[in-house]
Amino acid sequence: MQNNEKNNSRRNFLKKLPVLALGTAALASCNSQEIEEFLQQNFKTLSKEEKDEIVKNLEKKYYEKYGKKFKVSDKPATEGILFGYGLDLSRCIGCRRCVYACVKENNQSRDPQIHWIQVLQMEKEKGIDFAHSTVHYNPETVPEPGHFYLPVACQQCRNPQCITVCPTKATWQEEDGIVVVDYNWCIGCRYCMAACPYGARHFNWGEPNIPLEEINPETHYLGNRPRPKGVVEKCTFCVQRVREGKYPSCVEICPVGARKFDNLLDPESEIRYILENKRVLVLKEELNTQPKFYYFFGV
Amino acid sequence: MKLLFLSFSLSLIIFIGCESNSKEKLLKIDLITQIDSSSKNEMAITPPPFSDGIFPCSECHKDLKPNSTRRKLVDMHDDIDAMFNHDSENRWCLDCHDTQYRDSLHLASGKRLDFKESYKLCGQCHGDKYRDWKVGVHGKRTGEWNGKKLYLLCVNCHNPHSPRFKPLKPLPPPVREEDIKF
Ligand code: HEC
Ligand code: HEC
Ligand code: HEC
Ligand code: HEC
Repeated sequence: MQNNEKNNSRRNFLKKLPVLALGTAALASCNSQEIEEFLQQNFKTLSKEEKDEIVKNLEKKYYEKYGKKFKVSDKPATEGILFGYGLDLSRCIGCRRCVYACVKENNQSRDPQIHWIQVLQMEKEKGIDFAHSTVHYNPETVPEPGHFYLPVACQQCRNPQCITVCPTKATWQEEDGIVVVDYNWCIGCRYCMAACPYGARHFNWGEPNIPLEEINPETHYLGNRPRPKGVVEKCTFCVQRVREGKYPSCVEICPVGARKFDNLLDPESEIRYILENKRVLVLKEELNTQPKFYYFFGV
Repeated sequence: MKLLFLSFSLSLIIFIGCESNSKEKLLKIDLITQIDSSSKNEMAITPPPFSDGIFPCSECHKDLKPNSTRRKLVDMHDDIDAMFNHDSENRWCLDCHDTQYRDSLHLASGKRLDFKESYKLCGQCHGDKYRDWKVGVHGKRTGEWNGKKLYLLCVNCHNPHSPRFKPLKPLPPPVREEDIKF
């Protein structure tokens, strides 16, 4: 019954807000499976059987669309794990290897272009100063003298503003701290994008476009599975990888070893060592978003 | 580097984690649910990244008389000699490479060291980096965050003869927003 209520509230919400036609216009041209998806319960509230069914349908749909066998995992969080991320500002050289490894791993649209990671170049003299930063630097080689680099993606806040403004509860924080989006529930209103102080959420204005041979078929329902037009997406710490014990792909690619990833609840973890032994900062601390993404100075 | 963050813009941040009470605030972790991590942290280290055909060194050196006189190398290793820039005023090849056992390195104490353990040699003079490397903070580990890890050696990133990290060509910048087509 509770499920029914949820469904109704979404429909009511949509009725009351014709402004949001943008996100729902897609429905007009839907086939029956898409309508079924639209009417599906919020992933969080589904039973195991219902999830299996949805995952199976998605795998079939993706196979038909991309001609590849897909895995759509729905592996849940593990108790005793709270993911934390560290980025060493004294190491990063701004080479953008992470940006493109992320695009590839997470099936981000190439055109229109979506990058979950933005690497900001800043001047050492000015310190961390978003107003005087640029993402468009393009010299022959990096690092450029007098500059440092600050990559920004979802900060995986403990107190995420983005999820509180979502009218359909399509985005939430999982037990392991990862903030996820259910693309089947997202109506594309983009309130979350306005609420995020880090510009970490991205909207699929167009149909996502990915060369067939570059599609990554190893996916998670709440992560890198192919997205439709009209939904919001963001970094999930590579939920499809980290819940299997692997490192996020940005950590794995980083040639300078600036990126660290571990379990905040494990006192022996790298991330705890960093918090206890290095100078650490979080972005926009005064907003009390409480990121689990820590910038530090390895020096 | 140290001067780097003297000025912060007001719109921002800031947390400089020196005092432990604010650190706790930053952590805000429910420490009741700590886990046992003893099973984790199995580690392996990458093999030395030698160029093809150079190892074992004794292949050639067994027939050569060790020559510990500092000189310009011409018959071999002239490339290394030319790039050598690692406290080179005070040091030469045989401060690290062993004169008798040519397939080994040695510490200042004279203790011989396999190339697989070159990080111990580096650690002798760069103790802080070595400590951070051991806990995974300097350098890089791949593998599983919750299990088996593979460490890169210092020499995977730093050429021991010219250790400054080499600049890289950046991948392309993002397209400008006004150029995005739908
Ligand atoms: C700071 C210590 C140090 C000094 C000084 C040093 N080396 Fe090395 N050298 C090393 C280490 C460590 C390696 C192993 C690199 C590896 O694991 O691939 C090495 C590797 C080599 C190699 C193999 C390179 C290859 O292509 O794989 C040669 C040859 C060599 N050294 C010669 C020299 C010569 C000649 C000098 C003096 C001009 C010298 N080294 C000075 C530490 C040193
Ligand atoms: C292909 C043959 C060859 C190989 C393989 C070789 N060397 Fe040499 N090495 C030489 C020659 C020849 C010289 C003398 C060069 C000169 O005096 O101009 C030399 C000189 C040196 C010197 C200068 C000190 C001395 O005793 O003359 C060092 C140090 C050295 N080699 C280290 C290494 C190391 C370390 C390796 C293995 C990683 C290695 N070499 C492999 C041929 C070789
Ligand atoms: C005997 C002492 C000694 C040993 C052993 C040693 N170093 Fe150094 N290293 C120095 C000194 C002194 C400097 C600073 C002087 C300079 O820049 O040449 C330095 C500088 C460096 C730098 C900074 C270079 C720069 O230009 O910023 C790096 C990186 C480095 N070493 C890495 C290593 C690695 C990797 C090893 C092991 C293969 C190693 N060192 C072994 C003494 C040592
Ligand atoms: C994943 C690559 C990587 C590995 C592995 C690595 N380093 Fe570094 N190291 C770097 C980078 C990147 C820098 C910053 C380089 C720069 O500023 O030129 C650096 C800087 C340094 C510096 C100079 C610090 C300074 O004050 O500028 C030293 C010394 C150093 N490393 C030693 C080591 C030693 C010793 C090891 C092994 C125990 C090691 N590194 C392993 C990437 C690495």
